[in-house]
Amino acid sequence: MFYREAGQYKTSYAADMAVFPLRQDRIGLAIIIAAAYGLAFTKNDFLLQAVMIPFLVFSLAAIGLNLLTGYAGLLSLGTGGFMGVGAYACYKLMTAFPEVNVLIWILTSGFFAAGIGVLFGLPSLRIKGFYLAVATLAAQFFLQWAFNRVPWLVNYNVSGAIEAPLRTLFGVPIMGPTATPEVRYLVVLTLVIFLTWIASNIVRGRIGREWMAIRDMDIAAELMGIKLLPTKLLAFAVSSYYCGVAGAMLVFLWYGGAEYTVFDINQSFFTLFMIIIGGLGSLIGSFFGAALIYMMPIGLGMLLPAILAPFGLSIGSETIEHLRFLIVGALIIFFLIVEPHGLARLWQIGKQKLRVWPFPY
Amino acid sequence: MLGKFTLGAAAAVLIGATALPAAAQDSIYVPLLTYRTGPFAGSGIPIADGMHDYLRMLNERDGGIGGVKLTIEECETGYDTKKGVECYESIKGKNPAVVNPYSTGITLQLIPKAAVDKIPMLSMAYGLSPSADGNHFPWIFNPPVTYWDGASVFIKYVAEKEGGMDKLKGKKIALLHLDAPYGKEPIPLLEALSKELGFQLILYPVAAQDMQNQGAIWLNVRRDRPDWIYLQGWGAMNPTAVKEAVRNGFPIGKVVGVWWAGGDDDARAGGEQAKGYKSLDFHAVGTDFGVIKDVQKHVIDKGLSKYPKDKVGDNLYNRGIYNSMLVAEAIRTAQAVTGKKVVNGEDVRKGLEALNITEARLKEMGMEGFAAPVKVSCEDHNGHHKVFVAEWDGTKWVKASDWMEPMKDKVRPLIEAGAKDYAEKNTGWPKRSEPCAKQS
Repeated sequence: MFYREAGQYKTSYAADMAVFPLRQDRIGLAIIIAAAYGLAFTKNDFLLQAVMIPFLVFSLAAIGLNLLTGYAGLLSLGTGGFMGVGAYACYKLMTAFPEVNVLIWILTSGFFAAGIGVLFGLPSLRIKGFYLAVATLAAQFFLQWAFNRVPWLVNYNVSGAIEAPLRTLFGVPIMGPTATPEVRYLVVLTLVIFLTWIASNIVRGRIGREWMAIRDMDIAAELMGIKLLPTKLLAFAVSSYYCGVAGAMLVFLWYGGAEYTVFDINQSFFTLFMIIIGGLGSLIGSFFGAALIYMMPIGLGMLLPAILAPFGLSIGSETIEHLRFLIVGALIIFFLIVEPHGLARLWQIGKQKLRVWPFPY
Repeated sequence: MLGKFTLGAAAAVLIGATALPAAAQDSIYVPLLTYRTGPFAGSGIPIADGMHDYLRMLNERDGGIGGVKLTIEECETGYDTKKGVECYESIKGKNPAVVNPYSTGITLQLIPKAAVDKIPMLSMAYGLSPSADGNHFPWIFNPPVTYWDGASVFIKYVAEKEGGMDKLKGKKIALLHLDAPYGKEPIPLLEALSKELGFQLILYPVAAQDMQNQGAIWLNVRRDRPDWIYLQGWGAMNPTAVKEAVRNGFPIGKVVGVWWAGGDDDARAGGEQAKGYKSLDFHAVGTDFGVIKDVQKHVIDKGLSKYPKDKVGDNLYNRGIYNSMLVAEAIRTAQAVTGKKVVNGEDVRKGLEALNITEARLKEMGMEGFAAPVKVSCEDHNGHHKVFVAEWDGTKWVKASDWMEPMKDKVRPLIEAGAKDYAEKNTGWPKRSEPCAKQS
């Protein structure tokens, strides 16, 4: 009833090929983006710093992995390592050329991650599935070892950590300890929207279709004239680029500093779970997955004491932690049983239902 | 639809929950970042309970500090940096008196934020060694000793056993360490000393994922035959190292752990043969102290603690007590310095800089013989205090040496150089603007 395209005619090819052909979708998206920018003015530091910034950063990493695993069908466990390459590359560039604006370096650092991604993507021509996962696992371990063992990467810092120096944009600090969460949030949000827009265009165009062809059946794709090696390597490059940028943002726009353990194998699994729960091969699914995996535990941590308090029950922080694990685990299983294709599919079904509501027949 | 709804609901809950007014300001808010879950919970639980129980005891016995009750709140970090930062964000709005991150990883994240948020941070004998320089790190405190002090005491102890500093020439001294910033901390100092004293330094890094799988490393130990081993490990790495030393027939009496390698369970893992394993320490173990008796009387016996009764007095439990004692004394000093009753973070920073726990004060608190006096100044946020060597006698830790002074003349220049380096690398690092409060 509210969500119906009746009367919306597509009178040009451009309108027919639009990312959001329905007016309601466009309005909805505009509202969401406006609301996201509006959040910056709530002055709620906790919401911005501990919830929204990490959510956006993880969403971007999830998009990166989704391009590789969801669209091109190449399973990777090296996400953490590739994120680390972005972060360390950004650190080196930033400290070597402090006069260049740091946003340029954040976006450039992704190319280093892309290069490393291509290198470790080379075996993908010959191996597939779990075997490829093992090959990328090697990338994960090697890169983590390098971050720890190569002191040049951390500018010979005794503590072995990289820290965000003070950097400004138009005179406002966007990085370093004095940058307010509001400013950093706005920077992260803008970058994520921009990169998501690029990604949505990649996956809808020729490149994305080649990836999907390879994912669905690589022999058929080859017969149709798609060159497997360059296409697969391109998938690795683009995916690692996104992961690298996400890693640089993670360290410099969220944490403010990091040791190599931030980019361990858990980070890789964390991202993989996000795209599995959110929906493989779906950009919006990357956001859903990041929200579910990252935000839900925080929400539960605040909700549980609030629920239990009226009953006179006060529980310790560690019990909450255990309950979080239990509930999040149960919910993941629940969502996967209800919809094995992830939250994105659930979203699609919901939209379809609304389209015909209230006359489903 | 579902997605939108849950997101909206979650956001609403979050905004509502964080917008709740901070606890009414007739109490002092002391948040404790603890970890009772995850792979390091074995070490985290006794520390968490010790910290909590001492503060709780002050509330029960004295009605808080200077008549002001303490609001104690734990936040679970799981020793995970992400969650630690989340914890910090959730507490920083509630006017905390001081933050104890209890993880080197979390400490490193929070160091730049402390000055901006005006919240002092106490990383007791862990964290970044150069943060002992108060001129560069006015908001960070790491008394009573740094890792560099610990390593220097280890060398002194070895020299004592070998019969003098000149006897160290040609000896092989090994560092068995966790391959992470924490484990690598003592390397610069040991390298400097090895050049000066002429001993050979051998490094055995243990990767975090191989903590419980040290077989290959101990093969190297058997080949190299070091004379002494200094163990800088944490969590499951320590009991494994003790077990491996026993299994490989390395004389266990020549293995000395840093204070974090001195858990009761670390030594217990080696069984009967672990007798003689040593570890540095800066506080005593056991329950024969007035302060522990008070904790037992006011907290444990009333069932206000989660800690098992028979384990009270364990090394790490007492370390939690010691940590909270520093917090409480800092608050007490802050009250004296500022004249306020309800102190905030800025006051406690002054209190920490004026911290002077004398022998007489220790006696008053029932801590005579439990710890050495601690004094912090504006320049020196650590104090480089005395530590001693404890020895495992098969059932408990016993004191095996006198209180030993670290080589402050060797450590301090390294600290100042490290701090300067840190500030230079972080362009825009603020100059110290906080005036030095008068000693009370």
